[in-house]
Amino acid sequence: MVEVRLRVNGAEASLDLPPQVSLLDALRERLGLTGTKKGCDQGACGACTVLADGERINSCLALAVQYAGREITTIEGIAGDGPGHPLQRAFVRNDGLQCGYCTSGQICSALGMLAEHGAGMPSAVTEHLCADGLELSDEEIRERMSGNLCRCGAYNGIVDAIREFAAAEAER
Amino acid sequence: MRPFAYLSAPDVATAVRAVADDPGAKFLGGGTNLVDLMRTGIERPDTVVDITSLPLAEVEERPDGGVRIGALVRNGRLAAHPLIRARYPVLSQAVLAGASAQLRNMATVGGNLLQRTRCPYFYDRTAACNKREPGSGCDAIGGFNRSHAVLGVSGSCIAAHPSDMCVALAALDAVVEVESVRGVRRVPLASFHRPPGDTPHVETDLSPDELVTAVELPPSPIAANSRYRKVRDRASYAFALVSVAAALEVRDGAVTGVALALGGVATTPWRAREAERALLGAPATEESFRRAAEAELAPATGLPGNTFKIELARRAVTATLRRLLTEGSPA
Ligand SMILES: Cc1cc2nc3c(=O)[nH]c(=O)nc-3n(C[C@H](O)[C@H](O)[C@H](O)COP(=O)(O)OP(=O)(O)OC[C@H]3O[C@@H](n4cnc5c(N)ncnc54)[C@H](O)[C@@H]3O)c2cc1C
Ligand code: SF4
Ligand code: FES
Ligand code: FES
Repeated sequence: MVEVRLRVNGAEASLDLPPQVSLLDALRERLGLTGTKKGCDQGACGACTVLADGERINSCLALAVQYAGREITTIEGIAGDGPGHPLQRAFVRNDGLQCGYCTSGQICSALGMLAEHGAGMPSAVTEHLCADGLELSDEEIRERMSGNLCRCGAYNGIVDAIREFAAAEAER
Repeated sequence: MRPFAYLSAPDVATAVRAVADDPGAKFLGGGTNLVDLMRTGIERPDTVVDITSLPLAEVEERPDGGVRIGALVRNGRLAAHPLIRARYPVLSQAVLAGASAQLRNMATVGGNLLQRTRCPYFYDRTAACNKREPGSGCDAIGGFNRSHAVLGVSGSCIAAHPSDMCVALAALDAVVEVESVRGVRRVPLASFHRPPGDTPHVETDLSPDELVTAVELPPSPIAANSRYRKVRDRASYAFALVSVAAALEVRDGAVTGVALALGGVATTPWRAREAERALLGAPATEESFRRAAEAELAPATGLPGNTFKIELARRAVTATLRRLLTEGSPA
């Protein structure tokens, strides 16, 4: 057993864990934060996406001990207590989901993605690697979100929701 | 997952000492390959030495104009770094073509160099696999081998090397710096990965207690005009069937500089020396590009499932060079 001090959604939690426990299992099984989902448990679907210090990661391949002291944000932290995060509401308006299993991962991933895009990070479809002010085209959104699979195939609605939210944020 | 002891190493000396003293110990980078393989029981370390706190996460310019990349630089940071984007665009593109953004945020340069094959029989513990269990045979050779290699193969193993990053590093003449309790040494990328031969379980030139500390890129007059092209079964988030890293310099219509490497088709990141030889001094035309690709693929040996890769690789090489010629650098 090792003592692991996690910071999740702004709160401290001290857990006694065997080192093989993943961040995903620690969140779901120890902290009761079941909003984060387990799809494949091997890095291949993105359902388990959370933010670590604002960067998106797959919590299934993360050992919880490795993330001690990092600021972890899950869908519960994003949602808050009110009417939900504006991106969650955009998903609802645009039919960005059907069964909803991939949705918390999609939303965490999209927030991480928008931060990466805002910081000028290129993607595999970016034509000019050194250009400033990259436009967030649908092709860019699709490529940057490719780490999140949706078995229901709600991709069109997901892209619409992200585009709408990003445009509203840019207006603010 | 099988239990193990966990140690977070504060400095390089502690990390290499811990692994030297314990034959059952393994370094842990981003965990995106090791944790997966531990969960399936293919990797079974007794001790995991977490190296992600080591101060090796910088990309630095060297006095000679080259770049030194710390082994703990995350793949996403590497691809986005201004020096890499401007001077070695093929490396940015190769890294961005691999895995997903989430995985790139986790994966380290050292871990990417040492990631293991995605051969499905290697992952299936009920299958015969000389890499996983030396001497047990190779179920891929007579089985489903669509994703496997056509260059550098042996009768023991035909697994393709999975990394995109390493293909760009092969084209860029990268040098890997490694450290152990015995000191520091530098290994050219070209001899870092080993072809399978009769010992497919021996994958690199490293001994188990050696830590990768950095990758060095020498200055290159041609690397600024370079591209990566990846051909795969879906547009994103899939391993390569064929990939090409290419840098090209043309003066007065003739090829005056070229560096070429292939991924997805070979058991190691494959530097295409034959094609380079055929191209240097030749007219920069579609015909020369095609002939060079044919020269490189001449020794390729396909199996029923993967023979298509030979022609696919020829076309991908030709197309990548053509695009560099007509459109230039993506930087
Ligand atoms: C779903 C999925 C899709 C993927 N798709 C692609 C793809 O398309 N293209 C691609 O190239 N890759 C792909 N990858 C692989 C990914 O790039 C690797 O898993 C990653 O680069 C490994 O880095 P890491 O830091 O997480 O390594 P770890 O998992 O931490 O370690 C991997 C190995 O390297 C050793 N190691 C780590 N660091 C060092 C060091 N500094 N010195 C010595 N040994 C070390 C470890 O002991 C271990 O044996 C994919 C992975 C997944 C899960
Ligand atoms: S190709 Fe190599 S890794 Fe795959 S089953 Fe054969 S020996 Fe194992
Ligand atoms: S559960 Fe983590 S990527 Fe699928
Ligand atoms: S909404 Fe069902 S998996 Fe995406």
